[in-house]
Amino acid sequence: MDLKELYQEIILDHGKNPRNKKKCKDFNKHAEGHNPLCGDKVHVFLKLNREKKVEDISFEGEGCAISIASASIMTETIKGKEFNIAKKILEDFLNMLKEGSKLKIKSLSEDQNTTMMSLSGVKQFPMRVKCATLAWHTFMHAAEEKKETANTEKVDG
Amino acid sequence: MDIKSIKSQFPIFKNKINGKPLIYLDNANSSQKPERVIDRISKFYSKEFSNIGRSVHTLAVTATNRFEETRDLVKKYINAKAREEIIFTKNATEGMNLVASTYGEKFINKGDEILITELEHHANYVPWHFLRQKKGAVIKFAKCNDKGEVEIDEIKKLITNKTKIIGITHLSNVTGAILPVKKIVDLAKTKKIPVLVDGCQGAPHLKLDMQELDCDFYAMSCHKMYGPTGVGILYAKKEWIDQLPPYQGGGGMIEDVKKDNITFSGSPTKYEAGTLQTAEVVGFSESIRFIQDVGIKNIMQHEKEITEYGVQELKKNNSVKIIGDPKNRGSIISFTIKGIHPHDIATILDEDGVAIRAGHHCCQILHEKIGVTATARASLGVYNSKEDIDVLSNAIKKCNKIFNK
Repeated sequence: MDLKELYQEIILDHGKNPRNKKKCKDFNKHAEGHNPLCGDKVHVFLKLNREKKVEDISFEGEGCAISIASASIMTETIKGKEFNIAKKILEDFLNMLKEGSKLKIKSLSEDQNTTMMSLSGVKQFPMRVKCATLAWHTFMHAAEEKKETANTEKVDG
Repeated sequence: MDIKSIKSQFPIFKNKINGKPLIYLDNANSSQKPERVIDRISKFYSKEFSNIGRSVHTLAVTATNRFEETRDLVKKYINAKAREEIIFTKNATEGMNLVASTYGEKFINKGDEILITELEHHANYVPWHFLRQKKGAVIKFAKCNDKGEVEIDEIKKLITNKTKIIGITHLSNVTGAILPVKKIVDLAKTKKIPVLVDGCQGAPHLKLDMQELDCDFYAMSCHKMYGPTGVGILYAKKEWIDQLPPYQGGGGMIEDVKKDNITFSGSPTKYEAGTLQTAEVVGFSESIRFIQDVGIKNIMQHEKEITEYGVQELKKNNSVKIIGDPKNRGSIISFTIKGIHPHDIATILDEDGVAIRAGHHCCQILHEKIGVTATARASLGVYNSKEDIDVLSNAIKKCNKIFNK
């Protein structure tokens, strides 16, 4: 376990100054997420256009540095991507946290790749993985218009 | 009190956590176990084990005796009037569910009121919520003040002629406030309302005397009392055990079973259906003996001293906000740090071997009132020292450093 790998500069920055932390204009899908173990809540707003492209994405919520940073990084990474690509990014991200595998997706810029990778240290802290995955699961709930709240206790990871 | 010698009785402290000595400040969650408790369980399984209260062979008699001796020990320790008033449960939560379910079934009807407080742990709220759903009962919450206490007047205000039961915590697991349970019981008595005390935090840290307190039910959690997990105790006045219906059905709790009718045994076995956590109950006898050997008054005095030191040290750090300021505080200090989420605090502290809890501590009602989703909590036990507090304060400074660089 290494605290420095968990609380990297990029994560602390996103945690303190989260990007897209607001209700974005003209969102057409949204979902709430909840981690019942710690009480953290997140609300993801999504504008998915006719071509199934993520035109805009934002979030509101409260949580630890890891969950806020992860939500912030998610919005930055997914914004402007086709939904199918966004889904692949999510899969890659979950694999990175669960299996420790590298990101396979090719459509990320070098910067985006580095930013996403900054969350890989969370794997060493199993109790914190759910903090990092909350916003991502919530994004999927929004996109797939699931009615129930995304719940970290009811999904695998 | 010789803390070093007390601490040396707990094998867990021989282990290093992340390469550091363990500073265990999560006692409100669960306490560590002295060697004599661990040894007792091992000895029971190696030399005395059998199921209890059923067979007539030698081992069955020995095991039954050891089990029932623990009941006697508990009866004496909490000064209950009769051994029949001691019911073994799987935990305090089960004890409170037992009361809500059986008392509720018989005495609570639509529109009846259940009076609890904003400080209650979910274990003393959710079981009552079931009655609200099933029977249309009303739950009222006595307010806690900005010091994190519930004053007797807040209880008084909410009592009506529909109040059927009062459920209160002895000691808040978040603010650390020790509630005026004796006064509340006395008040309830004038209105003939039974009182259930959630003693999870009270029992390990305060002197208990059921005959003096005179409450109707008192739920205890043995694993918080340096005892094994899987054991709880529900103290229930005999008059209630006699009146209330059974909780779970099965072996051991019956008197006679026929195809068309069943009669039930008397207390306490009426509430002890099935095979119990026999070895753990026997192991718990050594927890009581450990507490008796150290002396509950010594424990109280020691924990008070360390808690006061902890509050004083944490107050020196301007970024730390302590939750609640009760006049009468048990060994619990909950806090927040400006700009740092409690889960991040707990992870950073853990690197220094400091174990605390972060979250809502199963008290979402209270956290909503305070206006935060989570707090960090340091809770002390008999083995904690001023040095532990110093390590805690330094680890908190490390949080400040990581987040404010």
